[in-house]
Amino acid sequence: MKYLSSVTSLKFFAEKCTGCWRCIEVCPHRVFLMNGKKAAIDDIDMCMECGACMMNCAFGAISVDAGVGCAFAIINGMLTGTEPSCDCGGSKSKSSCC
Amino acid sequence: MEGPITKKRMRIGDIRKQTSCCAPKGDTEQKPVFYQESACCPPQMDTDRSDFIPPVVQTISSDWSLEDHLGQFRCRVSSYRNSYIVQPGLYAVGTPDNGSDVFVSANYKLSFDILRRSLKGINAWILVLDTKGINVWCAAGKRTFGTDELIRRISAVHLDKVVSHRRVIVPQLGAPGIAAHLVVKKTGFRVSYGPVDARDIPAYIAAGYKATDEMRTVRFTWLDRMVLTPMEINPVMKKFPIYALIVLIIFGIQPSGIIFKDALTGGWSFIFLGLISMLAGALLTPLLLPLVPFRAFAVKGWIVGMISVFFSQGIVRTTDRSLLLFTYIFFPLLSSYIALQFTGSTAFTGMSGVKKELRYALPIYKAAAAISFALLLISRLGQWGVL
Repeated sequence: MKYLSSVTSLKFFAEKCTGCWRCIEVCPHRVFLMNGKKAAIDDIDMCMECGACMMNCAFGAISVDAGVGCAFAIINGMLTGTEPSCDCGGSKSKSSCC
Repeated sequence: MEGPITKKRMRIGDIRKQTSCCAPKGDTEQKPVFYQESACCPPQMDTDRSDFIPPVVQTISSDWSLEDHLGQFRCRVSSYRNSYIVQPGLYAVGTPDNGSDVFVSANYKLSFDILRRSLKGINAWILVLDTKGINVWCAAGKRTFGTDELIRRISAVHLDKVVSHRRVIVPQLGAPGIAAHLVVKKTGFRVSYGPVDARDIPAYIAAGYKATDEMRTVRFTWLDRMVLTPMEINPVMKKFPIYALIVLIIFGIQPSGIIFKDALTGGWSFIFLGLISMLAGALLTPLLLPLVPFRAFAVKGWIVGMISVFFSQGIVRTTDRSLLLFTYIFFPLLSSYIALQFTGSTAFTGMSGVKKELRYALPIYKAAAAISFALLLISRLGQWGVL
């Protein structure tokens, strides 16, 4: 299943890539593949902007505007004038202990 | 092992009953490690002391009790999930030693349960992070399943004293929150990303800690989608009585006052259509997702809603054109709006895409709501003989 095409904010800077395989390992949608000694984007429209690749790239070769792809969260953000935020983040959690 | 690890057998259910995670003062020796080292309490053990006693960990079973199954069911259908937690800390499955693998998990009990069930027949450690009771993937997105918490937890349970190797296995879906290169820098522990699905862990281990492409890919089968639908339907159903009441009032209002009989005869078919559109958006669209044409969820929901309304609008026995027009404008868009909410539950929608959908969909919803209201008003005024 694919979502909207040509919308993702994923950017890959090949010149910084050292070919460590981390992005290929962490991407849950197989967006990256190895092209010789460097990674390359295979199918960019599969990207769901989870941010795993950027987070695990020690060389800053990947940037993506990671966030929750959730209509409820984004509408919530619009109404409150803040970043998209839903109630799935534990902010209402009662687990505070001390 | 550098020191004796004392284990205490405890039922998982007992963990939830503890209201406080901090040890009473002066009573720290006998308490399990999670009493002493929660996210908010500073560690109280001094590892440099010669009389250092390694943390007490709980041994847990890899089998699920009836209570665990019941808990999973309640989490899938209600807000029970919001308080379904285990205490962060170190747990033992089987009889692990200093060479056993360390698997990292979240303190949402269902995440923890699925992991321990997948470790059947394996001796391993489970390191539970404090993710405020949220599952691994969602918590990683919010960075509560994050680099800082992993570093803190590794040091809080003195993992370097518990195992002699220097590797933790983090679920792949935890990767959005964890910078593996920073974890190794700060703790000396390398991060290996395990498979997406905990069920693949035995195969991952057997393959020499290598996951196949398939194990690294998120699937979103009809079964995956179906288990999500109760939590799509629930929030809408909570608002349904208010909707039904408004419909009854609108159709009950007559120049002579509110007539209960008119409210029922005129309103029941619209209450029914509301229910149909709700199910079209919250149940049918998610289930039929790959079969419905177009990629935008708002469009998918509208199509399913339109078809559902088409087949059930016969119950609105009216020749009133404005009322029929209202039916075809309002209900498919209601279904569309509800289907759009499912973007928050899928395994493949991204923020930029949802924002794009909202940019064109929200103005349409607003305009349609205004037109629907006008059509309804025209229809009612016609019936009262005003127009």
